[in-house]
Amino acid sequence: MMGRTIFIDPGRCIGCQACVSACRECDSHRGKSMIHLDYTEPGMSVASLPSVCMHCEDPVAPCAEVCPADAILVTADGVVQQADTTRCIGCSNCVNACPFGIPKIDLQAKLQMKCNLCYDRTAYGLAPMCATVCPTGALFYGTLEELQAERPGVQVADSFVFGDVVVQTGVAMVVPADKVQWPVPGGLPVVEINGRDVR
Amino acid sequence: MTATDPAKAASRPVPVSIDPSIAPPGTRNFRDAGGIPADKWHADQNGETLVPTHCCFCGVQCGMYLRVDKGGKVFGVEPRNHDINRMRLCPKGINAYQQVNHPDRLTSPLMRRSRDEEFKECSWDEALDFTVSEIRRIQAEHGNDAFGLLGGASLFSEKTYLVGKFARVALKTKHVDYNGRLCMVSAAGANKLAFGIDRAGNPFSDILLSDCLLIAGSNVGECFPVMTQYLWGARDRGATLIVIDPRETAVARTADIHVALKPGTDSAFFNAVLNVVIDQGLTDEAYLAANTTGWDEVKKTVAEYPPARSAEICGIPASQIVQVARVFAGADRAMAWHARGIEHHSQGVENCLSVINLCVATGNIGKPGAGYGTITGQGNGQGGREHGQKSDLLPGGRSITNPEHRKQICQIWGIEESELPGAGTSMMEMVWQMQRKEIRGLIGICNNPFVSLPNYAVVKDGYDTAEFHAQFDFFLSETAANAHVVFPVTTWAEDEGVMANAEARVVKHNKAQEPPAGVRTDTWVICELARRLGAGQHFDFPGSREVFEELRIASAGTVNDYYGITYDRLDETGGIVWPCPSTEHPGTPRLFEDGRSYHADGKIHLQVVEWHPPMDAYTEEFPLSLTTGRTVAHFLSGNQTRRLGALVEQTPRPWVEVHPSHGFRNGDPVRVVTRRGSEVFPALVTEAIRPDTVFIPYHWPVPTAANALTIDALDPRSKIPEYKVCAARIEAAERVDEVPAPPTAPGHEAYPETQVSRTDPLPPTAPQGRGTAERS
Ligand code: SF4
Ligand code: SF4
Repeated sequence: MMGRTIFIDPGRCIGCQACVSACRECDSHRGKSMIHLDYTEPGMSVASLPSVCMHCEDPVAPCAEVCPADAILVTADGVVQQADTTRCIGCSNCVNACPFGIPKIDLQAKLQMKCNLCYDRTAYGLAPMCATVCPTGALFYGTLEELQAERPGVQVADSFVFGDVVVQTGVAMVVPADKVQWPVPGGLPVVEINGRDVR
Repeated sequence: MTATDPAKAASRPVPVSIDPSIAPPGTRNFRDAGGIPADKWHADQNGETLVPTHCCFCGVQCGMYLRVDKGGKVFGVEPRNHDINRMRLCPKGINAYQQVNHPDRLTSPLMRRSRDEEFKECSWDEALDFTVSEIRRIQAEHGNDAFGLLGGASLFSEKTYLVGKFARVALKTKHVDYNGRLCMVSAAGANKLAFGIDRAGNPFSDILLSDCLLIAGSNVGECFPVMTQYLWGARDRGATLIVIDPRETAVARTADIHVALKPGTDSAFFNAVLNVVIDQGLTDEAYLAANTTGWDEVKKTVAEYPPARSAEICGIPASQIVQVARVFAGADRAMAWHARGIEHHSQGVENCLSVINLCVATGNIGKPGAGYGTITGQGNGQGGREHGQKSDLLPGGRSITNPEHRKQICQIWGIEESELPGAGTSMMEMVWQMQRKEIRGLIGICNNPFVSLPNYAVVKDGYDTAEFHAQFDFFLSETAANAHVVFPVTTWAEDEGVMANAEARVVKHNKAQEPPAGVRTDTWVICELARRLGAGQHFDFPGSREVFEELRIASAGTVNDYYGITYDRLDETGGIVWPCPSTEHPGTPRLFEDGRSYHADGKIHLQVVEWHPPMDAYTEEFPLSLTTGRTVAHFLSGNQTRRLGALVEQTPRPWVEVHPSHGFRNGDPVRVVTRRGSEVFPALVTEAIRPDTVFIPYHWPVPTAANALTIDALDPRSKIPEYKVCAARIEAAERVDEVPAPPTAPGHEAYPETQVSRTDPLPPTAPQGRGTAERS
């Protein structure tokens, strides 16, 4: 069962980058944003999509798995932490391993940086900065029940296929209601993922 | 630019009831649960102080905390669970705090005797003495009205009150106006004509209760981003969204119906919608008979606008007009919100009236979830005109030409009625008067007309012709850089005062830090100038608090009644909506609940609206419509936001948005030519705009200023410029014009770290900015 996490709803995103600015304000990496914003179809539409670390659960954090320096810690509550600065050797393995393109290397500092779900805030019961300020709720922090209470009928997915590999993530995506074939947390069988029949 | 079937929209999931006073979607358990007492002064945590205040920018007026370090300096921002925004902030709000201790801040008065000289830093005494001697000289030679004053709608209401009083009592001139004239005066004029009161009819929270939202001429996602949560909240309950905009904005993208009409045709569209509403028998005749005047005339006029005719004018399918009429009039509770897109026109008042006619005719007024709202661009766009800063208004929204109103104010101010000047002219007209040497001296406070007024060549000429010009600001704006004297004044974080947001909710900004050495509050400067002009006895105000006390009294008994609002009450409640006649009164978030308007007869006065073409005629030489607007990272003239690194990074430069049918590729240099001039921008090629329309965001100065191209035609009633439509053509060019660095005080470079991407020649990825994924 999914606990408190971030839900991403691209359908609501207005591309304002408040999340990007807010991320820069977080005390654990002040001045650098760990969130990415894509304008998905420039020239066709103003649609946009924020990407935060998906905090992969199964297989557990590919970035951490490939790290030769054991710099990426996964906490008991499933949060994949930013690389430990005393261990990270800036080798970029994590960058290559991440299926979502999340970790970045600060080339000057030769250090990896990534979203750590605002551990400095969430550990105290506060929401991550991005989800707190997002003017539209495109980034929502809470439990699935809280999300569904506020958005009746909303459907989410926490599994993604990359070739033959299915990655299940700690962060979930809101998906169109008529595509409810994803394994929603707590339960339904996997039938279709990203439009592909996987029965 | 597609639309969904209304039948499908109607079959959406049944709405669950949301109590708007508790929380819009997604906010229930955030912050404020965790250790920091909400809305209390100076909650202390780890030596860091959080000061509750509001954003200095747009008319949403989001609540925020400023983080203050042990040394008393503002160093960050923290979301605040204020009931306007409930933690939400847009990128401008998040970065706003960086202005406070920015290296570009002005910290000493600047002075020069002629525009050929360089600025020199000088003492406050020198700057004030020079200003006063120039005021005296000009007024002695050419009369009191030869000196003018231009205020701003980013000032606290206390300061806008002082600006109006200073002009009339100390300068004794009729020439005072403000940059809210460029903002929502068309809506104000229309509301006053129809309802006798100049403000939105409903609070934001009513949006959550509405079944159909019509957004006309407002890029909500970029200009009022935090309001989007209310739109999405309404849609979660199944509300239908209709967006009227020539561009497919972020909100239009997901709308049920997006009407991409040709700029400058709004009233033709709304007249036709009303025509269909009448035709289909969807009007609320009982309401109209009981509560309105003028309905028969309106009915007769809109009969002249059958859908086929308006569809032709607006360049849209007639079926969309019918669809909008059915959906809006068919909804249980419908609301219309509009902004500059329909107001910035030579028929801005008419456009707003045509929306009002539609709301009233369908009985959508004075009910939870049903009504109208005007979205104010500037933080105090609403409050800025309520207390006498506008050329024709006295405090409390009184008319300066009404003998009764004049008498009342003269009594409060302690002057003879014969001493009180009459009505002056509007901001753009004052520039024309400067060109004609009718106005020879000017003080500008908190405005930047060199970027924000239309037809830059005329504006520059007007200011250059003026013999003396002083400007108040905390950064050296393009306009201040052209002045004789610049007074370095406080930011919003260094003083206290109130602003009224788009709902007419008065909120209090609190002081978070002491001003830097050398900086004074605008209140101090105005009062000091008044004292040196010999009117000191009328300006004995140690600070905002004392001014607010006089303002309360001056507004008592008027429509814009602030009497019951006190600083203490504002601290306790987080905002009170005027009219609020007594200190026990809870305020008036929703108007007309008893069916009565604020006209003496209690009726809503419906007004006939006739559409006419925009002032700048299309010809073979100028076949396209040029329209302008904002981008989410920047605010108005950009004097504040073009200095903040994150915002410059997000949107480093302007562009011209063109439809692919013109054959340009993304990033191609495109020359945009109008009857006022020409400039070159990189093309942002997109299908999200009409083929006959081009768009330029207006936050930058020449040679990348949209307002070097726009027309200085005015609405005859509101005197708002027609920014949103002029005739243009586009052609291929060699290279794009580079964005100049923002001006700074002598001896200072613009802070380089904040200007890294400014010289980028390419357009941003999308209107909202450059994507960060491809850059990091
Ligand atoms: S803050 Fe929210 S709406 Fe704005 S870009 Fe980020 S996810 Fe999208
Ligand atoms: S600019 Fe407007 S929407 Fe953005 S934070 Fe400030 S008040 Fe809120």
